[in-house]
Amino acid sequence: MTDHELMWRIAGGSGDGIASTSQNFAKALMRAGLHVFTHRHYPSRIRGGHTYTEVRADSEPVRSRGDGFNCLLALGDSFARNPQEDAYYGNEEVKPLAENLDELNEGGVIVYDTGLLDVDEIPNFEERVEENDWHVYPLNLREIARDHGREVMRNTAGVGATAALLGIDLQYFEELMAEAMPEEILEPNVEILHYTHDMVKEEFEFTHDLRVPEGSHDEEQVLLSGSDTIAYGAIDEGCRFIAGYPMTPWTEVFTIMSQALPELGGISEQVEDEIAAAALALGASHAGVKAMSGSSGGGFALMSEPLGLAEMSETPVVLVEAMRAGPSTGLPTKPEQADLEHVLYTSQGDSNRVVLAPGTVAEAYEQSRLAFQLAYGYNIPVVLLYDQKLGGELMNVPASHFDREPNADLGAVTTEEELEEAPHGPGGKFHRYRYDAEDGVSPRSIPGQKGGHFLVTGNEHNQAGHIDEDPTNRVTQMERRMSKLDGIREFLDGQSTQTYMGPDEAEYGLVTFGSQQGTVREAVERLNDAGHSVKGIGVSDMMPYPEAEMTEFLESVDEAVVVEMNASGQFRGLTQKELGRFGGKLSSLLKYNGEPFEPAEIVAGFEASIDGEDVPDQQTTYVPAAGD
Amino acid sequence: MSAFTAIGEDREIDREEFTPTLEPQATWCPGCGDFGVLKALKQSMPEIGRNPDEVLLVTGIGCSGKLNSYFESYGYHSIHGRSLPIARAAKLANPDLEVIAAGGDGDGYGIGGNHFMHTARENHDMTYIVFNNEIFGLTKGQTSPTSPKGHKSKTQPHGSAKDPIRPLSLALTSGASYVARTAAVNPNQAKEILTEAMQHDGFAHVDFLTQCPTWNKDARQYVPYIDVNDNDDYDFDPTDKGDAERMATEAERSLYEGEVLTGRFYVDSERPSYQEEKQAIGEMPEEPLAERYFDDDYEWERTHDMFLDRHK
Repeated sequence: MTDHELMWRIAGGSGDGIASTSQNFAKALMRAGLHVFTHRHYPSRIRGGHTYTEVRADSEPVRSRGDGFNCLLALGDSFARNPQEDAYYGNEEVKPLAENLDELNEGGVIVYDTGLLDVDEIPNFEERVEENDWHVYPLNLREIARDHGREVMRNTAGVGATAALLGIDLQYFEELMAEAMPEEILEPNVEILHYTHDMVKEEFEFTHDLRVPEGSHDEEQVLLSGSDTIAYGAIDEGCRFIAGYPMTPWTEVFTIMSQALPELGGISEQVEDEIAAAALALGASHAGVKAMSGSSGGGFALMSEPLGLAEMSETPVVLVEAMRAGPSTGLPTKPEQADLEHVLYTSQGDSNRVVLAPGTVAEAYEQSRLAFQLAYGYNIPVVLLYDQKLGGELMNVPASHFDREPNADLGAVTTEEELEEAPHGPGGKFHRYRYDAEDGVSPRSIPGQKGGHFLVTGNEHNQAGHIDEDPTNRVTQMERRMSKLDGIREFLDGQSTQTYMGPDEAEYGLVTFGSQQGTVREAVERLNDAGHSVKGIGVSDMMPYPEAEMTEFLESVDEAVVVEMNASGQFRGLTQKELGRFGGKLSSLLKYNGEPFEPAEIVAGFEASIDGEDVPDQQTTYVPAAGD
Repeated sequence: MSAFTAIGEDREIDREEFTPTLEPQATWCPGCGDFGVLKALKQSMPEIGRNPDEVLLVTGIGCSGKLNSYFESYGYHSIHGRSLPIARAAKLANPDLEVIAAGGDGDGYGIGGNHFMHTARENHDMTYIVFNNEIFGLTKGQTSPTSPKGHKSKTQPHGSAKDPIRPLSLALTSGASYVARTAAVNPNQAKEILTEAMQHDGFAHVDFLTQCPTWNKDARQYVPYIDVNDNDDYDFDPTDKGDAERMATEAERSLYEGEVLTGRFYVDSERPSYQEEKQAIGEMPEEPLAERYFDDDYEWERTHDMFLDRHK
């Protein structure tokens, strides 16, 4: 983070093109040599309602949203007023401006569309501008767009205006527009972009000093979301079958895969419900294809029976779970990390699955690949757990990060040659679930292979797959299945899946999992800059739990704060359960209002915790250590 | 070389190949109609020329789910009501397999009703056998979706207030391209219908009447049955959907009045299977997807080469 970083927020109504405009804005800045990170906020509503996206850009790497923001482009919500229901919608029209002022930093820049927004409707607007030293540039973007093209192009006018104010070269926008737009709409858009840019330069005296920072990349960058990287990781690992049912925010991965798979000769199926979706993934996997399914909280709940079947039958499958705030349908478009326990323990019987939780956009690619390696290498279901924040945020990653060999290895399967030699029971029956399997992994055969037919069943079964309730067989099979987790633990220990932050030696620790990793990293840096002695760890393995690594980390610090987006401290609970100690060392910093942490909230929460004071921000909660 | 050499093996198939070498745990009661399904299924295998290694039999839960224990092939005894989604994905992954799904009336028309409707709608090329004995057997005799109205059981002590499900009409309306009903007491017709169903290119639904002598003692043994295709009283064309719907309604109404109508109610050989539809729009490869994982020469694409340009 540098002092002159840009935190640009575009606000408007859902359906007004806020997402695509901000995506282009971020990409333009990335092409201009900057590091970028986006943060999305949107309501569970298709058109209208307040939505915004922040683009944070810096010459240094950025891995998190910032604290507040310093440049607002308020476009107006074209769907705000329903003429038939004036009374109900009230002054929703000014939301894109009014709703964002609280988080606009001192000295910030405001560009707003006078064609759709009336500052007279905002209480004390002038006073607040003066108090906060905001620099306001009113522009009739709607009219400009209408005069030079069509009204919907006012986003382009807004971009042209902020580009002028921030000193961003228009060529990056022009190139992006040329790549994406057909000729007939490209022309007016380019005209609007230039017209607004030049007009702002000519007509306004710039009173602000915020300018886009300069930067250059050492190598070519790509702008991707967590949903992109999860999908790409799956594809590079040879996944060619996906089945799903739409549900926010999992739909993003499903959509990306559905568009990519036909190009790759793969298959995507949108089916009747989530039980079917997971069952389809099992069926395809059983038939010899690398397959995945997934959902979000409520949909994943429906998948618990196929998940259990995958465990018992040892059918490899990857299920992704994109968390949103719950319980039940909760906050459909807002992030939370409260499905951890749901994913760890859902389905009947002893849990015998792998749960991975990537922490960043780049890491989600690796963890997605890892998920398939583990699922197919060990014939076990793997859940890839992430949240709405990670799924939807965009971040630049070096293109070379993805320059790796594909891997379509089907893992623990037999060939027909091996089947001839394989252990067979009485009558030549293939022993699919042999007791003496190495690491607990008994290779499977694929339907159609000669000499390999066997029975899969969700009931306890013997070596040949037949239903068997003999107590000795039960214990042997249970122990074999459970022992796979030990082998996986050993495999993961060599993969450096946990992320360490800050100095090797420190007095305090910050512990987190999943999407808060980038924000915690920034907090660790800031705390050390401020003279504290803090190190951090972002944990990616939820099951099997990284016992050795976490023990070492927690032994090395006096106290540790676990940062997570839920109300009950689920990850802290898991840590205490798995390690059976450290209860007196672990406190929690929690946030569950539907928004991810800002770095300053973690800094403030940490400082308050070591001073024994209350956390200053009402939106976060500090829960002190309670003992074992 | 093919990874799945069992598929399309050119030899005579003996139905005894489908008899397990291990003695299955005795789970079907003496006199159970399920034995009739087993027998017909085994008999039809040599007819269609499939060997145990190229057949995937997916079942749900319940007495019908035990079919796997009595039938030697690749088997998937799955979970209650979910045989269809597992089966249809396996078929998409490897269309060369002979995929059969089986379940009971509770499994297929109750808990799995949604999957039934959608699998029929999509017209997956597979055979779905529903063991219809109008009762929950394995859970000891509760009312099922096909139990007659007024049926008394421990969970419906005052008699069911519900009309039974009409499986034939439901299959037809949902889009199944082959709809038939047969009965365990009629082994010859059962074998013929199952053979036809498996040879049919599309979703073949067979409502298989199976008596439950243990929990449904009152139930008829489905005799005497009438074969509607072989009886002058029922003049209809099974390729005509209107005729089929009329006959299905008639068969379902009369079943509860003691007249058992069986046979092929609807046969549509024109409708493309789901796989063909999907291939036609470029959403499914021509070669079985599963084969690709065994082909050492296949060049697997990378997202780095294919998709990364859009993110630059």
